[in-house]
Amino acid sequence: MNGVEHLLSGLALPVVGAAGVAVFRYLPNLREGVSLLTAGALFFCVASLVPSVLEGARPGFELLEVMPGLQIAFRVEPLGMLFALVASGLWIVSSLYSIGYMRANGEANQTRFYVCFALALAATIGIAFSANAFTLFIFYEALTLVTYPLVTHHGTDGARNGGRTYLAVLIGTSVVFLLPALVFTWHTTGTTDFRAGGILAGKLDPVPMAALLALYMFGIGKAALMPFHRWLPAAMVAPAPVSALLHAVAVVKAGVFSVVKVVVYLFGTEALGNGVPTDWLIAISGFTILAASVVALNADNLKRRLAYSTISQLSYIVLAVAVLAPLSMIGAVLHIAAHALGKITLFFAAGAIYTASHKTEVSELDGIGRRMPWTMGAFAIGALSLIGIPPAAGFFSKWYMVQGAAASESWVALAVLATSTLLNAAYFLPVIYSAFFRTERVAPRHDHGEAPATSVAALVITAAATLALPFAGGIPLELARAVWGGS
Amino acid sequence: MSVALHMPVLQVVVPLLSAPLAVLARRGSLPFMFTTAAAWFAFATSIALWMEVEHGAVLSYFIGSWPAPWGIEYRVDRLSALFLLLVSGLAAVVLPYSRRSIQAEIPREQHYLFYALFSLCLAGLLGITVTADAFNIFVFLEIASLSTYVMIALGRDRRALVASYQYLVMGTIGATFFVIGVGLLYLMTGTLNLPDMAERLAAERHTRPVLAALAFITVGLSLKLALFPLHQWLPNAYTYAPSAVTAFLAGTATKVSLYVLVRFYYSVFGESLVFRHLPLPEIMLLLSLAAMFVASGIAIFQRDFKKLLAWSSIGQIGYITLGLSFDTVTGLTASLVNLFNQAVTKCGLFLLLGGAVIVAGGSTLERLAGLGRTMPLTSFGIVIGGLGLIGVPGTAGFISKWYLVLAALERGEWWLVFAVLLSSLLAVAYVWRFVEAAYFRPAPPGRPPRREAPASLLIPAWLMIAASVYFGLDTSVTVGSASGAAEMLIGVKK
Repeated sequence: MNGVEHLLSGLALPVVGAAGVAVFRYLPNLREGVSLLTAGALFFCVASLVPSVLEGARPGFELLEVMPGLQIAFRVEPLGMLFALVASGLWIVSSLYSIGYMRANGEANQTRFYVCFALALAATIGIAFSANAFTLFIFYEALTLVTYPLVTHHGTDGARNGGRTYLAVLIGTSVVFLLPALVFTWHTTGTTDFRAGGILAGKLDPVPMAALLALYMFGIGKAALMPFHRWLPAAMVAPAPVSALLHAVAVVKAGVFSVVKVVVYLFGTEALGNGVPTDWLIAISGFTILAASVVALNADNLKRRLAYSTISQLSYIVLAVAVLAPLSMIGAVLHIAAHALGKITLFFAAGAIYTASHKTEVSELDGIGRRMPWTMGAFAIGALSLIGIPPAAGFFSKWYMVQGAAASESWVALAVLATSTLLNAAYFLPVIYSAFFRTERVAPRHDHGEAPATSVAALVITAAATLALPFAGGIPLELARAVWGGS
Repeated sequence: MSVALHMPVLQVVVPLLSAPLAVLARRGSLPFMFTTAAAWFAFATSIALWMEVEHGAVLSYFIGSWPAPWGIEYRVDRLSALFLLLVSGLAAVVLPYSRRSIQAEIPREQHYLFYALFSLCLAGLLGITVTADAFNIFVFLEIASLSTYVMIALGRDRRALVASYQYLVMGTIGATFFVIGVGLLYLMTGTLNLPDMAERLAAERHTRPVLAALAFITVGLSLKLALFPLHQWLPNAYTYAPSAVTAFLAGTATKVSLYVLVRFYYSVFGESLVFRHLPLPEIMLLLSLAAMFVASGIAIFQRDFKKLLAWSSIGQIGYITLGLSFDTVTGLTASLVNLFNQAVTKCGLFLLLGGAVIVAGGSTLERLAGLGRTMPLTSFGIVIGGLGLIGVPGTAGFISKWYLVLAALERGEWWLVFAVLLSSLLAVAYVWRFVEAAYFRPAPPGRPPRREAPASLLIPAWLMIAASVYFGLDTSVTVGSASGAAEMLIGVKK
């Protein structure tokens, strides 16, 4: 098989998997087997593209021309490669996790759940390999819609209201800001292709360019830049595997991935560096980082705390992009992978705690580390990575961001990074402390140990990966560097 | 002479003849067969015509071989071909659907009347589209309208009578205004042939009677096409008419009136008179915006889903007239594409809803609660159609929105861009009322646990929904014809 065939099968596999899940809806074991198998095959497919992409190959093809000059087309480049690798790899783990979680909690409509999950991955892979912004937009919207049934999975009033916020913010921002930005880009340049060096360079004056950038940045609501962040906590009504894979990895990373892609391949960092006002983006992302951290600090609900932590971590990436220094860009790309691994571990742990003990609040977690040592151990590793303590993955991405900010003398960015590290520590460390070093105040309603084995296995794997990522043959770093090598 | 030469006239004559045949046959399935055969014939003919004019040719057909200014001319160009395709295509899909659908809604002894009226209506709509004679347009407009009034009155609900009466009064006023306008034009030019009229008007363009004619024609047709605030007849007519009638009307009646308006503006009066010397674009822009926001806003608060869709149609007409008010090639393209896509999507939605009404026993959102479980195919289809109304990428509605935004951007009017997009969010709100009713609420007691609409209803309905997705991915027919027609209309007059 050559690159194009791998790419094609990578796009088709999750859809085929979704159909397979639907076919075997009356045979749960087979159904979950199909899900797991599809995830494995997808990862294999995506991973097999890595060597050739690192050598400089950029396989791609055009699917169809929707309107004159506007095609649905795909092309593999390093940034999308990394995103697809992270999403498909973690899909395997989260499928494993889902099996334990969904069965132990006796969730209804599991077939719908697995079908939508596979379709969400299909949309994510579509986003990762889009060759132009038009294609990206189509899959971006598709991702919102196929994740809606997952967010509202429980069908309760709470789920319905969460779903409303989810849709209102994501559809609202994409329709009102992102779509006109896209049409305007097309109107100005006659293309929406992602090209090295950008397509807008020299086509617009600095001020309209900054305005267009603002439309893109706020239009990509999945990056959860304040004030359009409310959908993420609202999405926490979903079952834990959804929060873990979609709202720590696929959906939110699709947001920041699009941000990086738009800045690098539509605007071009050089064009933006040429007198285009971008300080406001540093200010807004910096504010989002700090404000979300403060909210996380005060949130007692564990998933809510994690959601606000995600909002803050996403803005790290936006901030690093806004600094426009090459090193901070590498940091931004690495952070996509590092945060994904760390945060999915944390969400897995939160779901495992819920499955085993039905606890959802941070204040209930005293002494739980003794009952669930593996889970809380993994939680600790994930949290330390997000705080940025070596040798976990989060340290390296932050290191590059700090260097980039220092190199471009962006003191505001540096101050934000320093302060937020302290805040991260302040909202994660107490959880770890009370889990391991305090004694249980109230005996749990039922005596419990760890969550089901598949769930625990999943979170141990991701925790281990968090520690292993920096040593994984440097593939993420090479891919991140290749983004600047031109495509 | 071969039959192919007579296609423009056969297009109208065949459905017109199937009406008396249906009445004569009366019993059994003959009326259904005559009408369906006529509709399919019309559809096949319109495809053939569309292919002939697709590359810019114009077909002229002189009735009884009387040459143009004296005899009646039938004229097919890219604009009329697109509408012929739309009207006959919808009829070809709705008719097979109607057979099962009217069994539940219309007493058996009136079935032949339904088919006769449907044939008349189809002949009228196709006639309007194909003729190049101003008075002939009026005649066909009346044929189509009168048959429509009766078809609406066939509805089972007694309120259908009032709805039909309302429409009759408003529609007649509209037709009267139109014919007064045509009369004034005849007075000034002494001709009824549209191209001839356009030539003779060149000298008299700014005289008072011509301006009065323009005003009468605009207002009369605005009534027919339900431009806000002349839309009051529409919600009740759509809600209480039989499902098949609603589906057909929603896709054709208002759309063909819009065709006449475009025809008169560009092919008769000329754009410089309509759009530069009068404040018509500004007025139309304001009314369109009002339709987009007010009607869509009202749609959100409807309890009856059929009525909700009817209000949504009024809102969508706003997008169509908005594109028209721009008076640019892109604007007119947006308008025509929107019209086509909207017709297909709405028709599919009303067809699906018709099936749901038969099984669930009503179209209120309470009745439709839990539909996601009991009629999964129907409700999933409605969701897809709803996404088309919102304009989600991958559906036909997205293409319309894209062109409308592009047209607004070309004029450099960012506020209009945001107005269009903000108002499209209202569509999310009203579509989601159905989603939440169908998927979050339990079914009302007494509904069979799992029963789909009969296949004879589902297949045509899903065909339209599939078409609405297809036209969102392959736009060579819609955008190709629409931009071709727009270039022809605007280019010729420059």
